[in-house]
Amino acid sequence: MAALGIAMGGGNWFSALALGVTLLKCLLIPTYHSTDFEVHRNWLAITHSLPVSQWYYEATSEWTLDYPPFFAWFEYALSHVAKYFDQEMLNVRNLNYSSSRTLLFQRFSVIFTDALFVYAVHECCKCIDGKKAGKELTEKPKFILSVLLLWNFGLLIVDHIHFQYNGFLFGLMLLSIARLFQKRHMEGAFLFAVLLHFKHIYLYVAPAYGVYLLRSYCFTANKPDGSIRWNSFSFVRVISLGLIVFLVSALSLGPFLALNQLPQVLSRLFPFKRGLCHAYWAPNFWALYNALDKVLSIIGLELKLLDPNKIPKASMTSGLVQQFQHTVLPSVTPLATLICTLIAILPSVFCLWFKPQGPRGFLRCLILCALSSFLFGWHVHEKAILLAVLPMSLLSVGKAGDASIFLILTTTGHYSLFPLLFTAPEKKNLFLIGWKLSTSLAWGLWKSSVNLYSLSPPGS
Amino acid sequence: MECCFFFSRYFNSSDNNLQYWGLDYPPLTAYHSLLCAYVAKFINPDWIALHTSRGYESQAHKLFMRTTVLIADLLIYIPAVVLYCCCLKEISTKKKVANALCILLYPGLILIDYGHFQYNSVSLGFALWGVLGVSCDWDLLGSLAFCLAINYKQMELYHSLPFFCFLLGKCFKKGLKGKGFVLLIKLACTVVASFILCWLPFCTEREQTLQVLRRLFPVDRGLFEDKVANIWCSFSIFLKIKEILPHHFQIIISFCFTFLSLLPACVKLTLQPSSKGFRFTLVSCALSFFLFSFQVHEKSILLVSLPVCLVLSEIPFMSTWFLLVSTFSMLPLLLKDELLMPLVVTTIAFFIACATSFSIFEKTSEEELQLKSFSLSVRKYLPCFTFLSRIIQYLFLISVITMVLLTLITVTLDPPQKLPDLFSVLVCFVSCLHFLFFLVYFNIIIMWDSKSGRNQKKIN
Repeated sequence: MAALGIAMGGGNWFSALALGVTLLKCLLIPTYHSTDFEVHRNWLAITHSLPVSQWYYEATSEWTLDYPPFFAWFEYALSHVAKYFDQEMLNVRNLNYSSSRTLLFQRFSVIFTDALFVYAVHECCKCIDGKKAGKELTEKPKFILSVLLLWNFGLLIVDHIHFQYNGFLFGLMLLSIARLFQKRHMEGAFLFAVLLHFKHIYLYVAPAYGVYLLRSYCFTANKPDGSIRWNSFSFVRVISLGLIVFLVSALSLGPFLALNQLPQVLSRLFPFKRGLCHAYWAPNFWALYNALDKVLSIIGLELKLLDPNKIPKASMTSGLVQQFQHTVLPSVTPLATLICTLIAILPSVFCLWFKPQGPRGFLRCLILCALSSFLFGWHVHEKAILLAVLPMSLLSVGKAGDASIFLILTTTGHYSLFPLLFTAPEKKNLFLIGWKLSTSLAWGLWKSSVNLYSLSPPGS
Repeated sequence: MECCFFFSRYFNSSDNNLQYWGLDYPPLTAYHSLLCAYVAKFINPDWIALHTSRGYESQAHKLFMRTTVLIADLLIYIPAVVLYCCCLKEISTKKKVANALCILLYPGLILIDYGHFQYNSVSLGFALWGVLGVSCDWDLLGSLAFCLAINYKQMELYHSLPFFCFLLGKCFKKGLKGKGFVLLIKLACTVVASFILCWLPFCTEREQTLQVLRRLFPVDRGLFEDKVANIWCSFSIFLKIKEILPHHFQIIISFCFTFLSLLPACVKLTLQPSSKGFRFTLVSCALSFFLFSFQVHEKSILLVSLPVCLVLSEIPFMSTWFLLVSTFSMLPLLLKDELLMPLVVTTIAFFIACATSFSIFEKTSEEELQLKSFSLSVRKYLPCFTFLSRIIQYLFLISVITMVLLTLITVTLDPPQKLPDLFSVLVCFVSCLHFLFFLVYFNIIIMWDSKSGRNQKKIN
């Protein structure tokens, strides 16, 4: 009894937080789920019932496989557990099949794979310097970081209501960041390579990784003023990094290369025909661009500057996924978005190359890359904001200035996720949870920033 | 959900016809429902008009109903709990917050109010305001609040005797010739006035009033209905008393047993009114009523759980144990409503919250269990009686294992053909045994409480 008491009352707050959020996720099982639920059920069916050569060709359902091969293998592994829950879900013809057992299995699989995310958060907490904090538990940066990450409101909505598998993917990303902080660069690179082959959206932040590893790992020493020392270049390191990336890619794309299916796979992964904006606009630059175009076209029609017959009938706001032409402003091509994104990430990448500031500098560059790609990318989902919010949490517990930026970012980011929830009960519940989480978050950050202001030297 | 029918019935019958509404709750419930019905009419008249089609449920209507429960909770119950915890003495702020959290997390109330759908939080909230008022010497306000509670749900009469005895004891203490008498008159006037105010619209006809009373106290219905964790139901496993004894005799023995079991505590409270004694007497009286009274529903256990929540800070171990058992006793009802997942999640969350906030497993010594004086008295006759806390710990372990096993069995297996109610009866029987044990325990605490105080005074 006493031992149990010590174990429970010993103040292991991390386990309490993790367990608490897992219980909350269990309560979210019967809530509304989007078409992504059917997407993943379909992928379970495809990977289970069809041979590998058919995976990227199967098109019975409109939700074709558009994630890289590692994710397909992940679904394949899950399907072997799924058959004990409900065999019917693994039939490719069973479109929109969602029995209660299917629902239970899928939801539990997300909750279960979040274990990797919990582990990654645990590792990230180790990288935080907590010596400056006060005695109070709720003021410790580790505690605040754990709350910010484990109870991230946006991740809860996207993963456990809307239904996706971002938990363990973000776990991989946070783990690779933690490894880089802990100077275990090879592991970090390996984890990121694996992550890329799970979900290629993480290409948004690949420049940060590439430049950082090249600059701070392959060049082993700096000159006293911080600039690059060319003769410290280590071929061994470059080659080992290259080997890691090559081996991971070979493992992933190898089978499909052997089957001569690489173009098909790439066309599935990068569907440029889907249009500039997703069905529900991500709050990025192109949304403003479209809005401006719309306003100008209305003004043009009113002032009789435009011929009504020449304006395309299709509307960008209809909620469909198609390609459109702009009426007044020039149309945007994928190449244009790529160029805008590259211009946007250039300053941060330059800073990372010329003035490396260790892992913190890398993290800042990563966040900026994510944000730039979000703002200027082609066919961006609003869920992509999480790519910027989650790493920003790591920075926010370090410096007061970052904390205030994070507060704005996370509030707007999570607010922009609300359209994902159609139904009234979910909106009510999530509004309550979100309000509660954001107020406690604000309080926690304010408290820790007050501490940091008083303890950190100026200019740090 | 029966509740939808509820509102429409009121609204349609209220306008012209204040007669007999076919209801078995006192007037305040009716007024509350009327208020909700007016709001519902404002939002969507269809919800009220469909009083003829029972079982009508649309998403929006359900959301509205659930929101009314939440609003009632926020306005009445939650402020009472928070204020109660603030007024606790000799506890740090952190413990007060933890205490409030644990009380609010009590699974039974959450599941019945939000899962099954009822308005228990209103009557329990009013009762809690009553307890607060009376404990802080605001006797008139406290008794007014308690009268409101009784007029909301007549089951609150379970709590009425301790209120009566406590206030009477206070009057005696102040001296019946002077201030005490004045207080007594004031209290009587408050009670009578509040009752008149609530019942005024119904007092137009004597026959009607009698009808309402007959509905509120259905003596015709018999000793018990369905399966409840009550002495009579458990006894009827061995001996079918419902069929053997004549009807009026059943009422008499139930009255006698109830009265006898609560007499000692109430007498003690009248002679020595103290805030602590008041709360424990609330527990033991409500438990006596639950075990021995007639026509008890399983949900009535909530009336016992509320006072136990109030003593959570004083005997955390036993209170947590009781609250877990009380939730378990409602298992058949909750399974009928398909609330298994919320039940498991909220029970685990509650258990972990209590275990970590109060370190309950470290507080199992005799002194912590407030059994010190009792075991000292027993040791005068039986010197070897030293294993009390060890026994209780083992009992707890056995109890938890039994409850978990019974839950698993009820959920996974089918009952045998000859005994279709086997599992619910087992649950009720096991819970009843627990409740008897707790009845004895709480009575011991009350009776042996100031005995040591009196002995101390004698010694001094």
